[in-house]
Amino acid sequence: MSDASWKLIQDAAWPMLLALVKVTIPLTALSFILGLVLALFVALARMSAKPWFFVPARVFISAVRGTPLLVQLGLIFFGLPEFGIQVPAFTAATIAFSINVAGYAAEVIRASILSVPKGQWEAGTTIGMGYATTLRRIVLPQATRIAIPPLSNTLISLLKDTSLASTILVTEMFRVAQTTAAPTYQYFSLYALAAAYYWIVCFGLSVAQGRLEHRFDRYVAK
Amino acid sequence: MNELVSVQGLHKSFGDNHVLKGVDFTIPEGSVTTLIGPSGSGKTTVLRSLNALEIPEAGIIRIADAVIDFSTKPKPAQLKELRAQSGMVFQSHNLFPHKTVIQNVIEGPVVVQKRPRDEAIADGLKLLDTVGLAEKADQYPSQLSGGQQQRVGIARALALRPRFVLFDEPTSSLDPELVGEVLAVMKDLAVAGWTLVVVTHEIRFAQQVANQVLFIDDGVIVESGPPADVIAAPKHERTRQFLQRILDPL
Repeated sequence: MSDASWKLIQDAAWPMLLALVKVTIPLTALSFILGLVLALFVALARMSAKPWFFVPARVFISAVRGTPLLVQLGLIFFGLPEFGIQVPAFTAATIAFSINVAGYAAEVIRASILSVPKGQWEAGTTIGMGYATTLRRIVLPQATRIAIPPLSNTLISLLKDTSLASTILVTEMFRVAQTTAAPTYQYFSLYALAAAYYWIVCFGLSVAQGRLEHRFDRYVAK
Repeated sequence: MNELVSVQGLHKSFGDNHVLKGVDFTIPEGSVTTLIGPSGSGKTTVLRSLNALEIPEAGIIRIADAVIDFSTKPKPAQLKELRAQSGMVFQSHNLFPHKTVIQNVIEGPVVVQKRPRDEAIADGLKLLDTVGLAEKADQYPSQLSGGQQQRVGIARALALRPRFVLFDEPTSSLDPELVGEVLAVMKDLAVAGWTLVVVTHEIRFAQQVANQVLFIDDGVIVESGPPADVIAAPKHERTRQFLQRILDPL
């Protein structure tokens, strides 16, 4: 690599790290949390026997999974203003990513809840619990253990997908790399640096996933 | 003895399968009732109707002051009141695997009955002592043997201070050498005056402990009475055939 490339990396490393910490990670965390909350309700609606619950849930999941994330981002940021709804770029990205996470995570959560034996629901019922209490105290804690690996996949994908927010001018890490590299035409070094940053954070998430799985496994017979 | 449970004209179908075809019986307070019969006879469905895990299509169930006539759709509050009368022990224990033994026992009293946690723990430890598992209080269910898990299930059911306890084939999924410890605990409860309703294939338990045996076949009670009649001197051919198959399978 040339000296110019090294110089570019040295100059961009700190601003990109700042963008990672101040924009990419908060955008990921916020979207993941909001997405999971929404996903839980979508999953519960999807499992309902009542059509006015499960039909909208199925349509929502189908629409989210059936359309590209880039198109969803564009619809919210570039499309909504036509109807007089102006959304700031960061907010638009948060909404789009949350909805996207909800569509995928709803199916993960549904499968995890269904994996808890029916007898657990019955045991909750016989000690006097209603649906919500059984769900919260008995079923969800067990479903969480099942859901950790697939939801970790969702989180890791989301972290990397936030780079798409560069297309709606959110100054997350990849956008900083792009704008810094553009005048020099030396894309390789800064894109490689961006890749390295993503990889490091994803590695940290994988380690966290391992620890979480270990914690939730403490009651399982070895 | 006062009558605690009365069941009249119970009907239940699963799809086209008419499982209960008019079941009537009563259970005196402080008695042990065993339900025996071939698999698919409807005995477990009868038991699960008593705490509304199955909702019958017709019939009246009266438990103490709680009455439900199932010919109209029962309200959630009615089901809740009915369920509050009993505790249940399952064939496959259904303990909460993510909670320790004592947490399993106090879950109902603390979360549902809103009893003070300290009091619930003190009571729970006494119950665990009763079933011989006080030293296992802080272990997880997966660390216990099948018989121990089932005894925790019994303690969990008793912790609710129910009027009576339902047992759904409590020893059927146990290794044979673990059956005795569970039956012994149930016998102790009977001696202590608990009202028990037990679906079981343990004919000797029925013979020794039960006050009343109900033989159910094809959705009706074919024969009922004290074990000295139903088991030792059955009147009906179907009862005789069933007992013969169970007691002398070869």
